[in-house]
Amino acid sequence: MTVSNTPASTAAVLMLEDGRTFRGRSYGAEGTALGEAVFATGMTGYQETITDPSYARQLVVQTAPHIGNTGVNTDDAESRRIWVAGYIVRDAARRPSNWRSERTLDEELAAQGVVGISGVDTRAVTRHLRERGAMKAGIFSGADAARPDSELLADVLAQEPMAGARLAEEVSVEASYLVEPKDHGWDGEPRFTVAALDLGIKSMTPVRFAERGVRVHVLPASATLADVTALSPDGVFMSNGPGDPATADVQVELLRDVLDTGIPFFGICFGNQILGRALGFGTYKLRYGHRGINQPVLDRRTGKVEITSQNHGFAVDAPLDGPVTAPEARFGRVEVSHVSLNDDVVEGLACLDIPAFSVQYHPEAAAGPHDSAYLFDRFVDLMGSSKTDASKIKESL
Amino acid sequence: MPRRTDLTSVLVIGSGPIVIGQAAEFDYSGTQALRVLKEEGLRVILVNSNPATIMTDPEFADATYVEPITPEVVEKIIAKERPDAILPTMGGQTALNTAIALDKNGVLEKYNVELIGANIAAIELGEDREKFKGVVERCGAESAKSIIVHSMDEAFAAAEELGYPMVVRPSFTMGGLGSGLAYNEADLRRIAGAGIQYSPTSEVLLEESILGWKEYELEMMRDRNDNVVVVCSIENFDPVGVHTGDSITVAPAMTLTDREYQKLRNIAIAVIREVGVDTGGCNIQFAIEPGTGRVVVIEMNPRVSRSSALASKATGFAIAKIATKLALGYSLDEIPNDITKQTPASFEPTLDYVVVKVPRFAFEKFPAADPTLTTTMKSVGEAMAIGRNFTEALQKALRSLEQKGASLSFAPVDPAGVPGLVEAAKRPTTDRLKQVQQALLGGATVEELYEATGIDPWYLDQLALINEVAAEIAAAGAVNEEILRRAKRHGFSDEQIGALTNTPEAVVRGVRHALNVRPVFKTVDTCAAEFAAYTPYHYSSYDEEDEVAQHDKPSIIILGSGPNRIGQGIEFDYSCVHATMALREAGHETVMINCNPETVSTDYDISDRLYFEPLTLEDVLEVIAAEQRTGECWACSSSSAGRPR
Repeated sequence: MTVSNTPASTAAVLMLEDGRTFRGRSYGAEGTALGEAVFATGMTGYQETITDPSYARQLVVQTAPHIGNTGVNTDDAESRRIWVAGYIVRDAARRPSNWRSERTLDEELAAQGVVGISGVDTRAVTRHLRERGAMKAGIFSGADAARPDSELLADVLAQEPMAGARLAEEVSVEASYLVEPKDHGWDGEPRFTVAALDLGIKSMTPVRFAERGVRVHVLPASATLADVTALSPDGVFMSNGPGDPATADVQVELLRDVLDTGIPFFGICFGNQILGRALGFGTYKLRYGHRGINQPVLDRRTGKVEITSQNHGFAVDAPLDGPVTAPEARFGRVEVSHVSLNDDVVEGLACLDIPAFSVQYHPEAAAGPHDSAYLFDRFVDLMGSSKTDASKIKESL
Repeated sequence: MPRRTDLTSVLVIGSGPIVIGQAAEFDYSGTQALRVLKEEGLRVILVNSNPATIMTDPEFADATYVEPITPEVVEKIIAKERPDAILPTMGGQTALNTAIALDKNGVLEKYNVELIGANIAAIELGEDREKFKGVVERCGAESAKSIIVHSMDEAFAAAEELGYPMVVRPSFTMGGLGSGLAYNEADLRRIAGAGIQYSPTSEVLLEESILGWKEYELEMMRDRNDNVVVVCSIENFDPVGVHTGDSITVAPAMTLTDREYQKLRNIAIAVIREVGVDTGGCNIQFAIEPGTGRVVVIEMNPRVSRSSALASKATGFAIAKIATKLALGYSLDEIPNDITKQTPASFEPTLDYVVVKVPRFAFEKFPAADPTLTTTMKSVGEAMAIGRNFTEALQKALRSLEQKGASLSFAPVDPAGVPGLVEAAKRPTTDRLKQVQQALLGGATVEELYEATGIDPWYLDQLALINEVAAEIAAAGAVNEEILRRAKRHGFSDEQIGALTNTPEAVVRGVRHALNVRPVFKTVDTCAAEFAAYTPYHYSSYDEEDEVAQHDKPSIIILGSGPNRIGQGIEFDYSCVHATMALREAGHETVMINCNPETVSTDYDISDRLYFEPLTLEDVLEVIAAEQRTGECWACSSSSAGRPR
């Protein structure tokens, strides 16, 4: 008989802020996890999901019922640790099977102290969140699960809300590091240098640059304009990351300074929201967000549809019928370049008078489809043409 | 891009009589196509020689020809009807071959008829083995390695590179004469030696064997704007060597990381573009070497297939219907997703359940036939089941087969018999699932069975889990709430629980109902609940939250006819569909229960509600209970289903 790799599980409970509870079994570490409950609909890529820093302080519900089937390996982690605050699954794998598997997901969660719950009706949780919006929640297992529900609910309600949360600095690296093209299959000399602000960056993002011959300096979220320009970069990049973009005043100011210098800019996810704010648009919280790897986005310039990887709870509030002059008029005209076909949310911004663009989704994929990888090429092209036209662009400003 | 305005009439070619490998699924796809064409206001002409189909009902086409599907006959129909276009991708290989013949003999050109949803050059690229290898290579992917040799010296040199076993195929011989599998040098000497003799060009193709590799399939859609989406991934329970139609298959794939899955997706998209599939559906099959992850492309089908029917039912994404719209010129983002209404069809369905398909065989009718499963399809029908996990879906699928002994049983296995079971399981037959499960029950390890069968250890462990739960049920002695919930979560029927506890099935059910251990019904919605679903396509699961909406009108349940078998084909699906149509016309609300994914009756818009469930007493009683919980349920009719129930 096969011996189950799963350590003995104990009772666990998921408590939502409106008092709805789901009972299950402990998964990973035992104890208490508090955060915002959100659901993710990808059928593959749970390891990438849990290690995505954008999920910091969130309790992630996986809608795919079998989780952990392919175990955990060293290569697929998207950052240095697991970031989800808690993990909610239906059927946790007893035995992983994959030639790259190194250990079970259960062991990995436990080793990193991540409290999870298995055996719950994840579809019911998802429907609840869809109808009522992402909300505060807690997972309680082991001795904590035995506390009275009223105490658990009080703990859930006592946590800070996601709206207004400033988290990028919490997940960012402390010291900068370099990602070299030669380590990622690029044979020649680096073509360009990019300064990438880590607001919760996934490891695949600098890799996608490096594969194209771009040397990437990954900088902490606290980097200043002086830190950036000291690298004489051909381009500046701002990554995805957790929290409310309305709190990212420091990065918004930095980006405005960068845009004023005429250095090309590319942003992903949180970086898109920061570009939106730098241009003078607002951001708002979506009811339950977009978290999945099957999300259709229309590239409004080509009319083509991309199936994208998404993970965002906030979005940019910009007019869909563009182009318009940015509220910060010195940056000229801007248009919404990409839009979600599911709900018309802004999924990309393109500046027409300065070399800057961004998308709300994840062209680096991991997890997810590779349909949007062309955006990295577009940024490389932009850096190439800006290098030759730098003076022209400065004049036009 | 809206639909083309230059088309006013379209000829649809059906698939003719049911044969093994080409069954009811093409009535399903053809019927969907006809409905779309009619809705779009086109004049529709149909040719199909099988009168036991829904599609040949007069109301589905403007002109219906129940005639042989041959180029000669179809030419006459073209001459008389003068359609603007032919849609040849809904009638399986029969329809596609006929269309190719009509192109080759100049009929299409003569009558100025266009093929839509297909492109001859693409079909030929997809179907010609050697040309397709070139396609795969240009896409940066691999086919199975092969080397052409003309002498035994060359053959032995090639063997160094390919390794044993290898496939030996003499060139230009009829019907595979002289082909074989060489496991060692002696085999190679014998088979290739003879093959060089047989071949008129003294030429033999040696190909690496991919037997035992993991097998996957992706169902894809492409529109005329070159948007490509994956509708569904399907994983074979059996490794390469068993025809997909004869293997248990699972959707979505259970044992791929995202990196591996995206690799398959990238290759599939590149191949579709390189082949030049016009618009519509196609599927691509892959093999993955389990120890290294090396991917080999096996083949593609540039048309709607049996797998498309399965993928449609498994995801709620109506492939044939959407493929027809794409053939008319719509793009995916212009077509609404029927189930969510607000979101478009240009997305990839995501599942929050597991689908298992099991084949139904008829070897009992042919005692002399060899039940070994090979790359030639031998099953005559199939059943599909949906559950919230693999064990639930598998056990539901097995009881959906309606074959005595199809469900797993758990009587103690004598350890002395285990080596025999493991040995027997090495050869894929209709009994392999049971042999594996029984061997595990008798004490064999997952590792031993993986070694013997190549079935992924994850699946083997799931079978071990079923055995463990069975042991817990037996150990519990009496039926209590806790053990019932545990058993039901892994798909055990009342009958199985009864056998394990020496309790009559009816008593198990009585106790279970008294303890209120009842299934809930979830919804197939294409999107894992991200958006609200407006189509009541349900499946049962022992989970927490029920989704069946209240209904005002009393409902009438129609029992479907289950998997196809010899003596019961598509004709009873025909009667079920007519029963629901007639009742709806008379103002009643109808409910369909069926488990055959190849059918029209399991389309989610044929009845007011569809329950994709096994047709056993237990499962049907639970649907009746759900209908009664949510309104009135007047009747349950089994008269259309072909035999007493």
